[in-house]
Amino acid sequence: MQVTITVNNRSITRDVEARTLLVDFIRGELALTGTHVGCDTSQCGACTVLVDGKSIKSCTMLAVEADGHEVSTIESLEKNGELHPMQAAFRECHGLQCGFCTPGMVMSTVDLLQNNANPSEPEIREWLEGNICRCTGYHNIVKAVQHCASGTKGA
Amino acid sequence: MQNFEFHRPKTIAEAVAALKSSDGDGKLLAGGQSLIPVLKHELAMPSALISLADIGGLDEIRLDGDNLAIGAKCTHAQVASSDVVKNTIGALAKLAGHIGDPQVRNRGTLGGSVAHADPAADYPAAVLGLGATIKTDRRAIAADDFFTGFFETPLESDEIVTAVLFPKAEKAAYAKFASPASKYAIVGVFVAKTGGGVRVAVTGAGPKVFRVTEMETALASNFSSDAIKDIAVSADDLNSDVEAGAEYRAHLVGVMARRAVDAANG
Repeated sequence: MQVTITVNNRSITRDVEARTLLVDFIRGELALTGTHVGCDTSQCGACTVLVDGKSIKSCTMLAVEADGHEVSTIESLEKNGELHPMQAAFRECHGLQCGFCTPGMVMSTVDLLQNNANPSEPEIREWLEGNICRCTGYHNIVKAVQHCASGTKGA
Repeated sequence: MQNFEFHRPKTIAEAVAALKSSDGDGKLLAGGQSLIPVLKHELAMPSALISLADIGGLDEIRLDGDNLAIGAKCTHAQVASSDVVKNTIGALAKLAGHIGDPQVRNRGTLGGSVAHADPAADYPAAVLGLGATIKTDRRAIAADDFFTGFFETPLESDEIVTAVLFPKAEKAAYAKFASPASKYAIVGVFVAKTGGGVRVAVTGAGPKVFRVTEMETALASNFSSDAIKDIAVSADDLNSDVEAGAEYRAHLVGVMARRAVDAANG
């Protein structure tokens, strides 16, 4: 089936099998390998991307469902060599160890701050229900989100 | 995952026609948060998926007399953040806001959850607990007649859920003892006092969502957690699995019911 998906502001038309998962389209077809596949069972959130601005798990959406929609991956965040404030906050606060979960954590928390510019610590922790970190790095991830939120206040 | 034909009809009539032409082997796709995992595990291998994405008019939330009408395609995130839902049946908005996780709530839909009838899903507890009505393209089905068994409903293979009508509640609350991994209910109890009386619906504990009429009777005369503190639920037909044994689930039904009543009395 032919699909036309805007990925990171670029309109892309490809022929895909109906069963192709969005994450496989992103990684396999477009070679945007920043989006990870952790569990493939919609639990770990490593595959989180934004579709029409909302965070979703791209292992649990078909590429054909994204036809006509806008997808943003982790690769879209850095602009002209400058990290996105959330990426910078993760670096600043050491919000990662192995880094596998990080793209999903970053995309998910970018969506959090879109919805709630100044979340409390419990709100951040509750939002991160959908993202699993096996290095048990949650504490610094939460700090990174707080750091980013405080830095972007009023921005 | 086996491959399938993919259809994106523009109207309900076209969707029904697509389901009919698949000889009962087609499946409707809404948010896909239950269906796509089912397809991955090849627990179902439909020949066609019929997406509801392009059909308009299924994602509205509005007051309809004494009912809150929520379109089948409304996502959990949409219901959780809706002012109309918060102001009319706050417990429903809260329930929707605790389904799965944020990413799942951005895709999963009310209609999909209800039609899938997962015995541990949250929405069925609210649908049965409020005595809601499921509207389809051809009829209206009372909640009491809808959840007929394990993942089983009376929906025909070419029938489409279009909305759910929830009666306004005088008091309502949902208490969930969630699986820490999946956020599905190990036991979830929805308690409501509406114009139709008091209802207590339990999800997660048994092979399907069910009511506890003994608690309903007690709460009808005294809507307080004290009124149900001595009512024990039998473990006989309850689930035992890696999350919890049947005896523990039976105990949790009582605990969650009392918490829900206290929350409803807020």
